[in-house]
Amino acid sequence: MEQMLLEINHLKSYFFTRKGVSPAVDDVSIRVPKGKIVGIVGESGCGKSMTAKSVMDLLKYPGRVVEGEILLEGRDLTKLSAKEKRKVRGEDVSMIFQEPMTSLNPVVKVGKQVREAILIHQKTDKAEAKKRVLEVFREVGISEPEKRYDCYPHELSGGLRQRVMIAMAMVCRPKLMIADEPTTALDVTIEAQILKLIKNLCATTGMSCLLISHNLGVIAQMCDYVYVMYAGKIVEQGDVYTIFDRASHPYTKGLLASVIHLDTPQTGHLSTIPGVVPNLMHLPAGCAFCGRCQEAVGRCRAEKPELYELGNGHASRCFLSIESEAIHE
Amino acid sequence: MKIRKTAKSGPGAAVQETACPDTAAAQQEREALVAQLGESDTFLDKMRRMASDNKLAVVSAVVIVLFILLALFAPLLTPYDFDEMDLLARLAPPSAKHLFGTDELGRDVLTRLLYGARVSLAVGIIPTIVSMLIGAVLGMISGYIGGAVDAVIMRLADVMLSFPSLLLAMVIMYTLGDGIVSIFIALAVTNWASVARVVRSETLSLRETEYVEAARSIGVRDFAIIFRHILPNCIPSLIVLFTLNVPAAILSESSLSFLGIGVQLPNSSWGLMVNMGRSFLYNAPWMSLVPSAAIMLVVLAFNFLGDGLRDVLDPHLKNS
Repeated sequence: MEQMLLEINHLKSYFFTRKGVSPAVDDVSIRVPKGKIVGIVGESGCGKSMTAKSVMDLLKYPGRVVEGEILLEGRDLTKLSAKEKRKVRGEDVSMIFQEPMTSLNPVVKVGKQVREAILIHQKTDKAEAKKRVLEVFREVGISEPEKRYDCYPHELSGGLRQRVMIAMAMVCRPKLMIADEPTTALDVTIEAQILKLIKNLCATTGMSCLLISHNLGVIAQMCDYVYVMYAGKIVEQGDVYTIFDRASHPYTKGLLASVIHLDTPQTGHLSTIPGVVPNLMHLPAGCAFCGRCQEAVGRCRAEKPELYELGNGHASRCFLSIESEAIHE
Repeated sequence: MKIRKTAKSGPGAAVQETACPDTAAAQQEREALVAQLGESDTFLDKMRRMASDNKLAVVSAVVIVLFILLALFAPLLTPYDFDEMDLLARLAPPSAKHLFGTDELGRDVLTRLLYGARVSLAVGIIPTIVSMLIGAVLGMISGYIGGAVDAVIMRLADVMLSFPSLLLAMVIMYTLGDGIVSIFIALAVTNWASVARVVRSETLSLRETEYVEAARSIGVRDFAIIFRHILPNCIPSLIVLFTLNVPAAILSESSLSFLGIGVQLPNSSWGLMVNMGRSFLYNAPWMSLVPSAAIMLVVLAFNFLGDGLRDVLDPHLKNS
């Protein structure tokens, strides 16, 4: 059994809006082993980012964690005081955001923004902190760190800005880095560089990473374990090989089929999953995916499926998964 | 996408394959290009753009600086004292000896104008700065924390704004007594509310930005977020507000002095000069007209400068 760094157990984060309660994260359990990269994949609005923000305690009003525990090395983050939470943020857990264009303050020099993290968490003077920032800049592959230190964000390219963000997240050597779609806003060449960087940083520092993406290619390249989310729930989980080779849930299969392969003959039609994610406030009585599922049977519309264990860490929230598994055996 | 290959060869192997050749030269070239194309519009760039596009704003800035210099060097610029009387030359019309004539006690109007500029500009600038500090801090706290704190501060601001500010200033002046410090306090107290409102609304939108979230994600305290991340982003609006509030304060002082509860004789201020000249409007119109013109000039200059600054600093008007 691997040692777990982060254990999210039955997390529920709801949004209490005027129109009703929206279960953005509904009974989600995720495990991140030490030094591994764990991916969360799913469509827009399925609760990926909300799960990450729950861990960071960055949920905005009217959203909040309702239930469940978030254990970081056995310590429940949801039970900490505001002061302790602040200490955890940046020092133990840090986060990279989707938009490097907007996640740096436009009127503060990037070096100073990174230095801020050190000055908060470590007792050093400014000169020492600056030295440390330059080291980290070099580590994340920023050329001419001295020159970049005094740059404003608008003077840097998107890739460089994301490197600065990673430097900011890395500078206090956190145990866990949450990367919320870190490459969505970047072009493909830069995306490859940034992903490689994150992977190398995890390998060299022993840091774990919770990678959120809607891009299956990214997940396949980066992750050791994958969680597939749909409408606030985990619908399938397993190690990366299982998910990509023996996907069991129709939603995962649909996602995989929607990816274009360069080496497949062009048949003229892109495979898609028909329909849209249901409104979280008006979920169907049965499986949340049944409205869009092509394999749905009568039972799917009436009953909510559980997350069925299929062995070896592989689990799927689908009635058909257990049945097909039974047939296999 | 490389899913197929990856799924077979394992997650680790694919990363190296997909990484593009990343030579230092190529990267630098690309970054230079991005920097060129990107919106590299710093504060200085904006100022330069304003200087080239808006001549009126430049002239206004020159006028303001000129008046400040005149006020500072008043004793060097005129041979008279501000309360030096020449009873033989009372109500003398403008001449080479008295460029803007004299008042009813034979005091040189130009001299009194220059000394009055000290009071009027100080009253325009100092209480405005104080009220902006109060307004900015309260506005940021109100916008950032929200909830009950927000409600209390904003209702307080509403109360301040619902009062006729001149009346409130008069009440404060009567309570504190005459004197320049009382004017400062009266004007600072009456002006913070509008600043607080603007800064609050600005803070409300800045609070939701990703960089504030990013700052929170590395554990920055709320206090530090307010002052290091939100305040610097409010500066453009604060500059514009400043140039709009200074003339308002100058006018308020003029009104107070005109009503006889501001600056007291024999000291000089522009409003006081207008008031004193009122009785001699027919015999010696220069007594009122000269300070009136000065007030108008400075107020207009500040307003034009404020407009010019707003045009270049306000992102909503950027596409012009």
